[in-house]
Amino acid sequence: MTTGANTDTLIVDYDAGNLHSVARACHEVGLDAEICADPDRLRLASRIVFPGVGAAGSAMRSMQARGLDEALLEVIDLGRPVLGICLGLQISFDYSEENTTRTLGLIKGEVHRFSLQDPALKIPHMGWNEVRIVRPHPVLKDIAPGDEFYFVHAYFPQPATEEAVLAVTDYEHEFASAVGRDNYVATQFHPEKSGRVGLQLIANFAQWDGNAE
Amino acid sequence: MLSKRVVACLDVRDGHLAKSVKFVNTKDIGDPVEKAREYYLDGLDELVFYDITASSDKRNIMLDVVEAVASQVFIPLSVGGGIRSVADATDLRLAGAEKINVNSAAVKRPGLIAECADAIGNQNVVLSMDVRRTSVSAEIPSGYEIVINGGRTPMGLDALAWAHKGEALGAGELVVNSIDADGTKEGYEITLTAMLAEAVRIPVIASGGAGRPEHLHEVLTQGRADAALVASMVHYGEYRVSELKDYLNQQGVKVRMNW
Repeated sequence: MTTGANTDTLIVDYDAGNLHSVARACHEVGLDAEICADPDRLRLASRIVFPGVGAAGSAMRSMQARGLDEALLEVIDLGRPVLGICLGLQISFDYSEENTTRTLGLIKGEVHRFSLQDPALKIPHMGWNEVRIVRPHPVLKDIAPGDEFYFVHAYFPQPATEEAVLAVTDYEHEFASAVGRDNYVATQFHPEKSGRVGLQLIANFAQWDGNAE
Repeated sequence: MLSKRVVACLDVRDGHLAKSVKFVNTKDIGDPVEKAREYYLDGLDELVFYDITASSDKRNIMLDVVEAVASQVFIPLSVGGGIRSVADATDLRLAGAEKINVNSAAVKRPGLIAECADAIGNQNVVLSMDVRRTSVSAEIPSGYEIVINGGRTPMGLDALAWAHKGEALGAGELVVNSIDADGTKEGYEITLTAMLAEAVRIPVIASGGAGRPEHLHEVLTQGRADAALVASMVHYGEYRVSELKDYLNQQGVKVRMNW
């Protein structure tokens, strides 16, 4: 039996929020993605979406308890395309200030809480904000200047190297809103809640071969 | 820079759209799924459904509505009306709601806010408050009080104190609905909105009174709101969502213009 590229996309389920909206958005762009908490199935997936909302500490514990952390790292080593979203992005770094958590270490750097001078700026950073591409990437294809995405987060990533930064966003200061490394790409914003441009990004991911060039 | 949001609220009764004027004389205005899709394609930033179904045996209809909307509308979807427990909140989340609005039940039992925040995350719990102007007293020092039951029952609770308490209990956002302004189309309650927006560190959505594009401009600038909620001014076709956003953009308010 053969399986087409679009038939074995899995969404990693590690008890980090409601994953159905991600599944619905994938479905809308023709990517049949199934929610999955089984590390062995994950190892066989051809494409993976790694979403999540919630706290870094409990997310890491839940990943580890299910053996999903190792499975995810293995799949990434195999060169299969993986898309991290929101908390998924945050726990791909080395460390998160949230619950002082040692995280997956896929991308060098740390995640810190927003500490803003302007009292009128709310935390979490919630709503639509512009995403400026600083390093073109197949998954960010056709995202135009001025395009905005939906964000909800109180912590933001600080990659150790410039090479990991694909796009930036301003909230009092600039932060990395999309990062990537080899066959892994991740967004701090929620493409599944970002209307047409978000669906475009997911459609790009569905077509991506995992080659960042 | 973060954009100000234009949010549309659709009141749903028994699975159909209704628009209330001062919460009485509701009148059916069509299919919620169709309307939601229309606004989404016209640049709406966020959608709120408010379930005003009276009988509890028909409440499951709302889950079907939410599910149908969530598979066609890819912007944040918030649902309120009749949420009394974490189970109610979780059911709606599974059906596709991003955020849950609590209102009367939280006034009667504030612990509901903390329970929902624990279960689904602070950022997904919206405290919706119906507020009415009153005379300043020892009990109501801000001159604004919380009412429930569609504005009919005053609770002897100060709006400012309630906003602080809601934030402390874990609400991630406030909807401030002025009962005095609701349905008048004469503009939002600017004083109330600004007072609460300055008092809390969470985003504030202004609600009640929108009739013209200038009203949105006013509440997003002077009123310091993070988002402006509209209802009848778009439901009856007087204004399109895109027109409101064009106007705000021309006035120099940062709003999302590419959709």
